[in-house]
Amino acid sequence: MSEVNSVLPTLTAKDFSTDQEVRWCPGCGDYSILAQVQKVMPTIGVPKENIVIISGIGCSSRFPYYMNTYGMHSIHGRATAIASGLKATRPELSVWIVTGDGDSLSIGGNHTIHLLRRNFDVNVLLFNNQIYGLTKGQYSPTSEENKITKSTPLGSIDHPFNPLALAMGADASFIARSMDRDPKHLQQMLTRSHQHKGASFLEIYQNCNIFNDGAFEIFTEKGSKLNETLFLEQGKPLIFGANQNKGIKLDGLKPVVVELGENASTDDLWIHDERDFYKAQILIRMFDDPRIEGHFPRPFGVFYEADRACYEDALNMQIEEAVAKKGSGNLDKLLRGSEVWEIA
Amino acid sequence: MERKEALLQDVVIKFAGDSGDGMQLTGLQFTNNTALLGIDLATFPDFPAEIRAPQGTLPGVSGYQIRFSSDRVYTPGDLCDVLVAMNAAALKANLKSLKPAGKIIVNIDGFDAKNLRLANYADGVNPLEDGSLDSYEVIKIDVTKMTRESLKEFTDLGMKEKDRAKNMFVLGFLYWMYNRSLDNTITFLTEKFGKKETILQSNIKVLQAGFNYGDTTETFTTRYRVEKAKLPPGSYRSIMGNQSLAYGLIAASEKSGLPLFLGTYPITPASDILHELSKHKNFGIRTFQAEDEIAGITSAIGAAYGGSLGVTTTSGPGMALKGEAMGLAVMLEIPLLIVDIQRGGPSTGLPTKTEQSDLLQAYYGRNGECPMPVISASTPSDCFSAVYEAVRIAVQHMTPVIFLSDGYIANGAEPWKFPQSSDLAPIEVKFKTELGFDEEKFMPYLRDEKLVRPWAVPGTPGLEHRIGGIEKQNITGNVSYDPENHQLMVKIRQEKVDKIADYIPEQKLDSGAEKGKVLVLGWGSTYGAIKSAAMELQEEGYAVSHAHLRYIRPFPKNLGDILRNFDHVLIPEINNGQLVKIIRDQYLIDAKGYNKIMGIPITKTELVTEIKKYFTE
Repeated sequence: MSEVNSVLPTLTAKDFSTDQEVRWCPGCGDYSILAQVQKVMPTIGVPKENIVIISGIGCSSRFPYYMNTYGMHSIHGRATAIASGLKATRPELSVWIVTGDGDSLSIGGNHTIHLLRRNFDVNVLLFNNQIYGLTKGQYSPTSEENKITKSTPLGSIDHPFNPLALAMGADASFIARSMDRDPKHLQQMLTRSHQHKGASFLEIYQNCNIFNDGAFEIFTEKGSKLNETLFLEQGKPLIFGANQNKGIKLDGLKPVVVELGENASTDDLWIHDERDFYKAQILIRMFDDPRIEGHFPRPFGVFYEADRACYEDALNMQIEEAVAKKGSGNLDKLLRGSEVWEIA
Repeated sequence: MERKEALLQDVVIKFAGDSGDGMQLTGLQFTNNTALLGIDLATFPDFPAEIRAPQGTLPGVSGYQIRFSSDRVYTPGDLCDVLVAMNAAALKANLKSLKPAGKIIVNIDGFDAKNLRLANYADGVNPLEDGSLDSYEVIKIDVTKMTRESLKEFTDLGMKEKDRAKNMFVLGFLYWMYNRSLDNTITFLTEKFGKKETILQSNIKVLQAGFNYGDTTETFTTRYRVEKAKLPPGSYRSIMGNQSLAYGLIAASEKSGLPLFLGTYPITPASDILHELSKHKNFGIRTFQAEDEIAGITSAIGAAYGGSLGVTTTSGPGMALKGEAMGLAVMLEIPLLIVDIQRGGPSTGLPTKTEQSDLLQAYYGRNGECPMPVISASTPSDCFSAVYEAVRIAVQHMTPVIFLSDGYIANGAEPWKFPQSSDLAPIEVKFKTELGFDEEKFMPYLRDEKLVRPWAVPGTPGLEHRIGGIEKQNITGNVSYDPENHQLMVKIRQEKVDKIADYIPEQKLDSGAEKGKVLVLGWGSTYGAIKSAAMELQEEGYAVSHAHLRYIRPFPKNLGDILRNFDHVLIPEINNGQLVKIIRDQYLIDAKGYNKIMGIPITKTELVTEIKKYFTE
């Protein structure tokens, strides 16, 4: 790492901003995410020219225009598939996919799951605002049931996705959640996403102050945040609450909220292990509607990380093996084939 | 007994049987055997969409037609001289394509009560017995019985496995009939079944049994021979359309120095390109079987963005799905090749049948003003050089290119005088690697004299830039909603594609005089039929000429002049009239169509009749 740093020019967040005017609505959560990404980029030890940001369509997908790296603002839902082709052919690049809940879970849902199962070494930043912002306020595949929107005046009858459960179902090798309103945590999660070798799936709760203002208020605002969120740390017990007085313990396969010092002690608590495949699934399912009495706090942090072979590595290894076995391709031999006749 | 040997000039054989009878393999083996003797040939495989349609039924009939000749051949023949019918359905489905007094070789075991019923013959009717075939020469063989008989020592093979070798008996018999050696098929079987000794030996045994049957049975008194064709001197091999296309892509990758990336989703009749390319990873080829058609093209866009030769292959339904992504490639102005092996449409249509009905889709089928070059192949071996050209245009003009072939070309085989790699013109590719001395900032949409923008790939220091599907500001490539800029960019993108006409060869006539009464203008797989019809009529003194297009968008610059040298322009197509619309639109001439939309090729005979109409009015 130190060696890399010594040859890289020292860059700052400013070096990653462009001359393009940022055009999100004033107050949009995207501003914070952009700022954190710009802060993290100079620290990851990758030359600027080797960073590529690919987005689909939606408010968040304007992102590449504001990053002074290589970038492509592509078409709706397909950033993941474009990134797959790029990473397959240029494995040395650091590829970041910026997408929204409509882009990656609705129109591009198919590509998202296939990217995750193939485990390309790329980073998916899912800006989840639980609404369609760019088309002005229809419900999204992560909107809660009964939501009144422009397209659902009587309330949405769609059941929402749990994005992390979907990622887990697709065998993602890195699954994490953060939020726009917690810059430090977001920076940590961005760094972790980069460090993970394999497809990193980072869901970022992002406030759309125009069409879905306050969707995550309960998790992000001072008054409720401590009681409603659970920040995961590797090897640490699951503790939350205004006075760090609550915890989660496992009763068999069932998580239970306990009061520390009353019905439980720290020793009883679930110790977070990002490498635990089975516990990760329970953690990811702690996803209930915070309006319901007796709900769980919403976890943030790294839920799961696994080491799994990356698609591009296997692909390139097959090429190397084919060359080792048959020798580099010989065009004349190929064109000639095995059955030739001569005409004089 | 005295055996005669007869010399023939031109023979058409159709192998027909149940789709599980191995007729495609039999046909292909006979084809390779024929090709190796230097005999010219053309083939037409015709199979059902179902992998195993109900056994014995008419929809389950699979056919493979081969025409071979000591003369040049350009079509697989309108009617056949010999029909091999493995069952009643195969006979019923193909009898109409047999010449008067033609030969029928039947497997009589395929004409039992059940097979006759499945083939929809009326109760008690058996064409082998009711005299309805009296005008033909019928050779009855109990192929099933003799196959089993010759395998009676193979005790560890079940009846079903034994019966699977039936096609080898027929092939062996035809090899005897046409004076052939069994060698290439034995080599083929050894490669295919080398590890399964019993299967290998049983197949060889049955193949030899078929051959010996012809040799020892006294009924057959004549063997036939077709001499080498008078092809231009050189080294030849047999090639199929999709294989030739795959080779063209590999050659273009080698000659451009761009690693080949194929992003694709399996679809009939294009999948064989994926199969072929995935065999040649030692050329540095990356094949990616994507999750759907859209990921097929968009992954190829990602690869092209990174500096690879990005290719996607598909057929009509996939083309429809790829439309939006093609528009993105047009906006990004990056090289990309979209290969469409056309089949009968719309919707799922006729997946295994041929059609030329995606031309208008290729030309216009995208949102917005979205011009893309369109290149087509006319024969199986032509796919090689045509796709090579398509790649050249894509990378030298920084544009997505659509390449049109069809099911008939894709699965057809013909002799190919293959080139040496040194004969292939190099494909020069320029990447932008740094800022010029007078440049302060990289301008991704600054153009050269061809109106082509620079290709700067990620990883290049100092050229970081953003591109995307939103309208670009001229030169800077920044997002722009400016009305004048949009009009300018639409015009530039059109002009860029039009300008390609300056960098392609002029159109030539395939045959006939420069001026005359009728010009038959074709594109794609109608080549052989038009060529044969035109040449026949020219010999009879008709003022008919033939031009065949490879470059469909833009057209060669001199095409208008050629068209105006004729009183009539006739455009035969396997669609409801598509090229004819474009020609009428662009050249304001009263071109006429001849359209057949049956999922099968146009025949020479029907074209001759059609063309003659223009001389009797």
